[in-house]
Amino acid sequence: MIPYLIRVAVKSVVTLFAIATITFIATRLSGNPIDTFLGDGLTEEGRAELIRYFQLDGSLWQQYLAFMRGAVSGEFGLSFVDRRPVTEVVSDRLWASGQLLLASVAFTLLVAIPLGILGAIYRKSWIGSAVMMVAFAGYAVPSFILAIVMVLVFSYWLNWLPVVGNGSFAHFIMPTIAMSGVLIAALTRFTRNAMLDVLGQDFIRTARAKGLGEARVVLRHGLGNAGVTVISVIGLQVAGLAAAGSVVVESIFSWPGIGQLLVNAALVRDYPVLQFGVITVAVAVVAINALTDVSYALADPRIRLARS
Amino acid sequence: MTLVPPNPPVLSVRDLRVAFGHNEAVHGLSFDIHRGETLALVGESGSGKSATALSILRLIEREGGRIVGGSIRLAGDCLTDITRLCASELRALRGDRVAMVFQEPMTSLNPVMTIGAQICETLTLHRGLRGAAAREAARAALERVKVPDPAQRLDQYPHELSGGLRQRVMIAMALSCEPEVLIADEPTTALDVTTQAEILRLIASLQREMGMAVLFITHDLGVVSQIADRVVVMKDGEKIEEGHTADLFANPRADYTKELMAASPRLGEGAPEPLADPEPVLQVRGLTTTYGGGLFSMGRVKPAVRDVSITLGRGETLGLVGESGCGKSTLARSIMRLVEPTAGQITLLDTRIDGLSRAALKAHRAHIQMVFQDPYASLNPRMSIRDVVTEPAFLHGMVAAADRRAMAIELLERVALPRDAVDLYPHQFSGGQRQRICIARALSVRPQIIVADEAVSALDVSNARRITDLMADIQKRDGVSMLFISHDIAVVERVSHRIAVMLNGRIVETGPTDRVLNDPQHPYTQVLLSAVPRIDRIGAAKGKERARSLALV
Repeated sequence: MIPYLIRVAVKSVVTLFAIATITFIATRLSGNPIDTFLGDGLTEEGRAELIRYFQLDGSLWQQYLAFMRGAVSGEFGLSFVDRRPVTEVVSDRLWASGQLLLASVAFTLLVAIPLGILGAIYRKSWIGSAVMMVAFAGYAVPSFILAIVMVLVFSYWLNWLPVVGNGSFAHFIMPTIAMSGVLIAALTRFTRNAMLDVLGQDFIRTARAKGLGEARVVLRHGLGNAGVTVISVIGLQVAGLAAAGSVVVESIFSWPGIGQLLVNAALVRDYPVLQFGVITVAVAVVAINALTDVSYALADPRIRLARS
Repeated sequence: MTLVPPNPPVLSVRDLRVAFGHNEAVHGLSFDIHRGETLALVGESGSGKSATALSILRLIEREGGRIVGGSIRLAGDCLTDITRLCASELRALRGDRVAMVFQEPMTSLNPVMTIGAQICETLTLHRGLRGAAAREAARAALERVKVPDPAQRLDQYPHELSGGLRQRVMIAMALSCEPEVLIADEPTTALDVTTQAEILRLIASLQREMGMAVLFITHDLGVVSQIADRVVVMKDGEKIEEGHTADLFANPRADYTKELMAASPRLGEGAPEPLADPEPVLQVRGLTTTYGGGLFSMGRVKPAVRDVSITLGRGETLGLVGESGCGKSTLARSIMRLVEPTAGQITLLDTRIDGLSRAALKAHRAHIQMVFQDPYASLNPRMSIRDVVTEPAFLHGMVAAADRRAMAIELLERVALPRDAVDLYPHQFSGGQRQRICIARALSVRPQIIVADEAVSALDVSNARRITDLMADIQKRDGVSMLFISHDIAVVERVSHRIAVMLNGRIVETGPTDRVLNDPQHPYTQVLLSAVPRIDRIGAAKGKERARSLALV
């Protein structure tokens, strides 16, 4: 198990390094931020001073080295807008995004896994068809449409739910559902297919021949095996989709999270914030992936024992 | 002549009819099993024997079938008919009074639950045992089936055990609640002969100890002769014949039983005479193939084939026998360079093909063709038979696109398939026919050598016989050489001029078929031969005269 953990760790670090590099390059492709950001009223001297102040005067290579050196020591520079360290700017937002992510993943699991199981068991009846329709609808409706329709119905017409902010439980309902739509669709389909696969296997027949009840056959023997593959997709797909979804959903609901911060930073070319925000999201995704790898290995004795 | 022992039957099946959709698979089958008795249900695939077995536990409904008529009654409560039980009554019966062991020990156990948890589950359900008491009962169950170190096995997972041990665990699980009836559905078909012999002995001894009735489903008459007291022969969902095992083998009445017996391969039927000094077409020297050892591999490196040297003559068949995992298939694949050998020389028709580049090898590939075990998986379902059988020739530039159809028809005729098969698709053929298509495909490039890797292992005895006969005909007519790989020694005997016995990646014995089988030199060959179940053994008990003429060892 230890060499396996080391491998997961090395893989994660390499991924993060690549992401940091790509982020650095991508943010430099769109021109000098000082020009866009401060506009016409700036004198030549002021401009030069600002460029020196934000260390934009070196070659791209020097900037890159400085950026990486800073990254290693936890120095990601100052926000062009706030003039505060970006680590502070981003960490202020971290908890709000984390809450929304956790709520969405929890909601997704609660809905998608039972739906997937039902879809597999009743695949030949109308229940199975209904499950698949829900799943396809989830794929077909982009999260911003879902969000806007919900705002229209529940806030504007019915006036039941608040639209902006994250102050109470009620604030969570619409953003969570908007974030979860695609996730539920993906995970339902995946759970259903994994369950169908497992329920057709020989050991399920063995379990029935023992005299076990359907619930135990499906949950203990069926989900016990399908769960191993479902875990892997939660890490690979859900983490990625959630990261992408948060950008859209947080903007719509003015959720004070990293997603919204990133959108704003991109609009004003606040490189340091953008860089560090993307890196933070990347760290989260990579961490979730690594956790998934490890829990996948722990959940399946064939992998766990082969790697110990 | 009465077949019925004096005690009342434990299980009584009357006029059982089972249907899948609108197709009836079992048409009015009746039989009884008594305490302490083993009844073998024999038939080829599609005979309805497994459908019958699954109907007794009403598991057939999960496989898409249903019982449409008849009754299944257990002793003691003749009023309850299993076909009429509700779900909860069925659950109380399954695993407690009637238990089942399945064919595939590799997939019949839950891979993410420990052995102990799986056995305890049954004990908790039917005996209310929990915790330490359940664990102790599970340990005792493993001890009963002679699993070594039973206490440690409880914490192991199925993948850590060999196929034979897994089947023992399956049996332990089935017997944990001491059922009155044990249904064993081809329990040894997936096992090696030596493991099969052990499992059959185990079932017989447990039966003596516990007195349960055993319904043993199999297609293998050799196994039947070894284990059954009585036999029911089935064909197309009907009972063809029923009788005491010895009587039935000595004196089969129905034509189908006679056909089945004639088609069953048995040792000692005589092998083809070895050829007198044939010109070698394939020479392998010191071939070693090692798997693993990559940059990130964690396991230790173990050669699958070690220092193997074989020679194959023109028009000769070399039988390669050995248990699963001994390296037979790896050897064949290494010879064809489908896997890269680590060391050794391969000389094909005077050309050293080891060390040739991929491009240089291509021209030589046509000389060796392969026929695989699974005729269902080895044909592309989206290709018409015309394209399937002529694809190798087309790839080697031996046939123009316009002539493919004519070539396909000619090839189909050589494997005795009708010419209108040319426009059909693989799913429209039975297993035996598909294997003929695979052979036709191999023949399309006029190979010098055909490698048949367990090519008849997935087929019924009658189909297997027809395929081996066909291969022998092709050999006689075209002078093609064959490397015939099989775990079934009786089949190998029938087709092979010479035999090579493989163990742990090495060839331990090789020689003319008759010599190896009649006078095995290596101890492993002797073990392998003594484990083969033989129809003759029943005869041996009945008449010594006949036994002497047939017995081999």
